[in-house]
Amino acid sequence: MEEKREALFGKTLSQLETIVKELELPRFTAAQIADWLYKKDVTSIEEMSNLSKAAREKLTTRFEVGLSDTVKVQTSVDGTKKYLFRARNGKFIETAYMPERNRHTLCVSSQVGCKMGCLFCFTAKQGFQGNLSAGEILNQIRSLPERHQLTNIVYMGMGEPFDNMDGVMQSLEILTANYGFGMSPRRITVSTIGIIPAMKVFLEQSTCHLAVSLHSPFEEERRRLMPIEHVYSLTEVLEAIRSFPLGKQRRISFEYIVFKDLNHSPRHVKELARILNGIRCRINLLRFHPVPGTPLQAPDDATLEEFKTALENKGIVTTIRKSRGQDIYAACGLLSTKEQQVI
Amino acid sequence: MLSFPRSFEFVPGQVIGIAMDPADKPRLYSIASGNCENVVRILYTVKPEGKLTPDLARLHAGDTIYVSEPFGGFVCDEQEAVWIGTGTGIAPFSSMFYSGLAKNKTLIQGNRYASGLYFSEDFEKEMGQRYVPSCTREKVDGIFYGRVLKYLSEKKDLDTSLKYYLCGSAEMVVDVRDLLIERGVPFENVVAEIFF
Repeated sequence: MEEKREALFGKTLSQLETIVKELELPRFTAAQIADWLYKKDVTSIEEMSNLSKAAREKLTTRFEVGLSDTVKVQTSVDGTKKYLFRARNGKFIETAYMPERNRHTLCVSSQVGCKMGCLFCFTAKQGFQGNLSAGEILNQIRSLPERHQLTNIVYMGMGEPFDNMDGVMQSLEILTANYGFGMSPRRITVSTIGIIPAMKVFLEQSTCHLAVSLHSPFEEERRRLMPIEHVYSLTEVLEAIRSFPLGKQRRISFEYIVFKDLNHSPRHVKELARILNGIRCRINLLRFHPVPGTPLQAPDDATLEEFKTALENKGIVTTIRKSRGQDIYAACGLLSTKEQQVI
Repeated sequence: MLSFPRSFEFVPGQVIGIAMDPADKPRLYSIASGNCENVVRILYTVKPEGKLTPDLARLHAGDTIYVSEPFGGFVCDEQEAVWIGTGTGIAPFSSMFYSGLAKNKTLIQGNRYASGLYFSEDFEKEMGQRYVPSCTREKVDGIFYGRVLKYLSEKKDLDTSLKYYLCGSAEMVVDVRDLLIERGVPFENVVAEIFF
């Protein structure tokens, strides 16, 4: 079997400079390659027509562009599309595209599976099969048929982004750099369950928005839902956020999945108000989407509305995130490629 | 196994960050030794592509490593409970065991091969029938053949009133947790630790 060549797509400008130096090509070739990769949508090195033939041949000996087309798409009654991509290790990942009137959001995956074992998440049930490279993360955007309509990117698909810092930070650089996709960091949100050391690096080195999975203000209750609480407690996560100057443009949001009869009582409202005091933030409420094997249940609409109102009465900006793509298992917490067969 | 003199107090089940250089990102490991021992022991599996374990494997006595304060809340009390650990996920339970917390516990340990059932002699000696070793890749007398999930699913008299502590791969933790909940253990009684 022919050995797979290394992918150029997903390399930062400085990595491309190292490559062209190794291949003894002119230094400016790196910027030309970046331009072809991230602005001109080429799929092969041969198409990089302002590179000399010799340069293209040298590059081809070791590299390929390395894009991967969508393997499958499912469309929800609400217009959400769930795309399946093949990662370079042969495994599969899912990406959810959610079009609305003025906002077209793509929810990208950062890992194949996940290690975090959250009780309410379907991805957790497939275990962990590997990190995605920056190229594999960006490929979900680049190879999306609707890529030119995208307005927002959220790192909320399969995997914990801060458990794959190399791939995620590199992809964020390319997404936001002038040599790359040139996207505003204000259009990008990275979500974490609260891996503190990585979260601090992200807050220092990126200006993208941050979302933190909260789900309960009580540590013991959160621990039962999210094993990460054993290692990095919510108190420490909030302390780390408080200690960082966020500026006016940057947004911190807390994702809060509402479970029936579990985490929406007046006691929860009071405690949320107490622990979030002093943090300029908002809470996004999400209805729980039941997954097989969990004892948790979904709340009704009235419960969500009451909880939202109670939080707003405490001065917390609160939104209810619409459930999208539930019928095709594309909604929050439902992505999984465990049963996916190679096609 | 890595060991070094103990210079701090800790609660059995806690983790420490280890790095070869202060500038490196520390990797987290559960402490495997008891809280009154003079040394701290860490279990690790060498992963050729890993960022730390190949270096740990090359260490010699007297070399320097950097270790964080202990932290984490995967701790257990003196109540009767079941501990389930696979691979190096046995570490928090061995720490609890060597700290004297095993008296009313049942320990189910899993590994591919019997040679990787760390501390099994000590567990067997002190816990007797309350210690259940299991292997997935070799058949050995006195050792259950199969995954811990299989052992639990075949167990007719599973006590659903106990607390279950799980530590191991994400897949094992999630599968066993699902099984326990399905068999009637309240989810608040399933305490899971993860590797990452």
